[in-house]
Amino acid sequence: MSVATTLTWFARHELRLAWREWLAMMTGGRRGRKRAAAIGLVVFAALMHLPAYAVIGRFANLHAPLDKTSLIVLTSTILLAWALMLSQAIESVTRVFYARADLDLIMSSPARLTNIFSVRIAAIALVVTGMALLFSTPFVDVLVLNGGARWLAGFGVVVVIGFSAAALAIAITILLFRLIGPARTRLIAQILAAVIGAGFVIALQIAAILSYGTLSRFAVLTSDAAAAFAPDADSLLWWPARAALGDMEALLFLLSASLVLLGGVMAIFSPRFADTAIVASAQAITSRRGNRAFAFRGGSRQQALRRKEFLLLKRDPWLISQTLMQLLYLVPPALLLWRSFSDSSAAIVLITPVVVMAAGQLAGGLAWLTISGEDAADLVATAPLSPSAVLRAKIEVVLIVIGAIFAPLIGALAFASPLQAAITAGGVTIGGASATAIQLWFRVQAKRNQFRRRQTSSRLATFAEAFSSIGWAATSALALSLPTGAAVSGLMTAAIVVATWKLSPRRG
Amino acid sequence: MVGLASAQNHLGEDFMKSEQPALQVQGLTKRFDRLAVDALDLTVRAGEFYALVGPNGAGKTTTLRMVAGLLRPDAGSVAIFGVDGLRDPVAAKQIMAWVSDEPMIYEKLTPLEYLEFVAGLWGVDPKISTPAARDLLVSLGLEPHLDERCEGFSKGMRQKVALAGALVHDPRLIILDEPLTGLDAVSARHVKGLLGERVRAGCTVIMTTHILEVAERMADRIGVIAAGRLVAEGTLSELREQNGHGNTSLEDLFIALVDVKAEAA
Repeated sequence: MSVATTLTWFARHELRLAWREWLAMMTGGRRGRKRAAAIGLVVFAALMHLPAYAVIGRFANLHAPLDKTSLIVLTSTILLAWALMLSQAIESVTRVFYARADLDLIMSSPARLTNIFSVRIAAIALVVTGMALLFSTPFVDVLVLNGGARWLAGFGVVVVIGFSAAALAIAITILLFRLIGPARTRLIAQILAAVIGAGFVIALQIAAILSYGTLSRFAVLTSDAAAAFAPDADSLLWWPARAALGDMEALLFLLSASLVLLGGVMAIFSPRFADTAIVASAQAITSRRGNRAFAFRGGSRQQALRRKEFLLLKRDPWLISQTLMQLLYLVPPALLLWRSFSDSSAAIVLITPVVVMAAGQLAGGLAWLTISGEDAADLVATAPLSPSAVLRAKIEVVLIVIGAIFAPLIGALAFASPLQAAITAGGVTIGGASATAIQLWFRVQAKRNQFRRRQTSSRLATFAEAFSSIGWAATSALALSLPTGAAVSGLMTAAIVVATWKLSPRRG
Repeated sequence: MVGLASAQNHLGEDFMKSEQPALQVQGLTKRFDRLAVDALDLTVRAGEFYALVGPNGAGKTTTLRMVAGLLRPDAGSVAIFGVDGLRDPVAAKQIMAWVSDEPMIYEKLTPLEYLEFVAGLWGVDPKISTPAARDLLVSLGLEPHLDERCEGFSKGMRQKVALAGALVHDPRLIILDEPLTGLDAVSARHVKGLLGERVRAGCTVIMTTHILEVAERMADRIGVIAAGRLVAEGTLSELREQNGHGNTSLEDLFIALVDVKAEAA
């Protein structure tokens, strides 16, 4: 086979793998669900046009030349999309390094590894870009429908975002390997992905709180101060915004630059890709306890289970990054709380739903990891403990972690408003318990590393968990301002939870 | 060598002399889309090494999973040293251990941490389990990896960690499903040595295997299972006698037994 034929064949292979991985994620790995997944996707895409219209519809009539404020808002929106894509790309690249099982086969083949790994890098870029296109389509559609065909250039900007984010993600991940070694890279990369994804919005919110006492990130972007600091209209910084508005010169320049960036990354990192992947797969992480001083701890059987769960949660890079992200999202309301000590801002009420929502989401993830994600299911099932004792120990772990994370914030809130703290504590308890219960009713036997696909194993559980978290967050917020509304909202949310139990496979 | 087996006095001669069978299975039945185990009767004496052999899909693993409490039988009874495994599963599980062919361990734990967890689940005194765990892992050749997380381990190493986990709580009955799968020759010898030592100390071992030579050399008695039924049972010489095959190897005998069963079916 010629080099070109080999590369084409390998590219096809990579795309097929990516497609099947994506399909498995959408169908929960079950055959016969393709049509349902396709219909679901189309419906989801159609429904996404509504929030897209609400978020971006007002930009549709923008025309060049834009004033500075519009340029800032549009550029920031593109930058936010890019940050989210970079976060997703870092996560994808890390997964490729640690999870691909075909390295031995590739390395032992007579193909030129540099070429093969160039294709793999390109495949990562294509997958990231594909995802970006998928999620951005409703937004671009809304702009095209309301503002004309010139907005189709938005797809070009999305491609630029995808290519450049993938290139940078590969460079960051490989550099992390060189700097801190494979053992820590997975954890740091996950944390970095979380921080980059959430950081941009949170930074804007923090700036808004400190300057204007509001959680709205647009407060900073549309301020006179931002306009005063912004560069002139002909600056390179505004080229992505110009490209999105249909400026073909800017778009072609950005497309070329992103392709050059991706090509450069391929040229520099392809020869090292194999070494990095091999080192990642052969890593040995040692325990800090050290084997010489290692003495087993006593206690009950449930204590042994809880200790194991805590240890595994502590060593779970996904969980750490997700927890960090939840905590990052709590920074703006915490800051708002701090500011409210000095002025009587009514915005403090916003803290409650944010905290309750975060608790529900985190409890759902934790409950899946501890209850369903049991790597040694046979061992636990053959241990001399009743199944109810095992479940109780695991649920306790979830509730203890949720308590440890949210208690300090609720404690601080109690100084500002004891009533609000009590309501928030109630919301966190009920929201966390509901999410845990839903995961309990829909538990499956799975490996912890299947966490990313947990949503697809039961869509009902996923939606129920989301609606329950949103419902309890709304109920808590209403309890502070409109008690009658809280009663209605609480009853509706409780009804959702009860209906979920009725439909769950574990009922009875 | 592994201190636990000799240190624990409940595994001594009392059990070797015990009249109570280590395992008594009666009328055990399990149906999935087809009948997997068909009213199986099986008795394993205390202190013996029992090998269960049979072709793929014969019902070996299903039988042992029901004995270990991992599957609920459709009918029949399971008694472990006289303890009803279906009525009092916790008491039955306290005295046995299960090792599957696919080692299920925690990627993020070190072998020592894994054994600490297992010992904690079975309520073993840390003063006993700490040195026992270390001895077990050392005897299985895992000393250089005691404080490494299992995520980088080969299948053989994982199998050894799982086996050490099964032995750390000093079970009276050890049930192993294809324990030698994926092990190199040296590791397989370690495992066989360890199991032989446990049997000599009074422990009962039930093992499924496709390696008939292992069954021939290690087992006190061999049970041949086909289509969910026990078609033959006994020592190697008893099996030869029962089936009139003179001095043939277990492999020839096995093929003859399984073929006869297939023809009869």
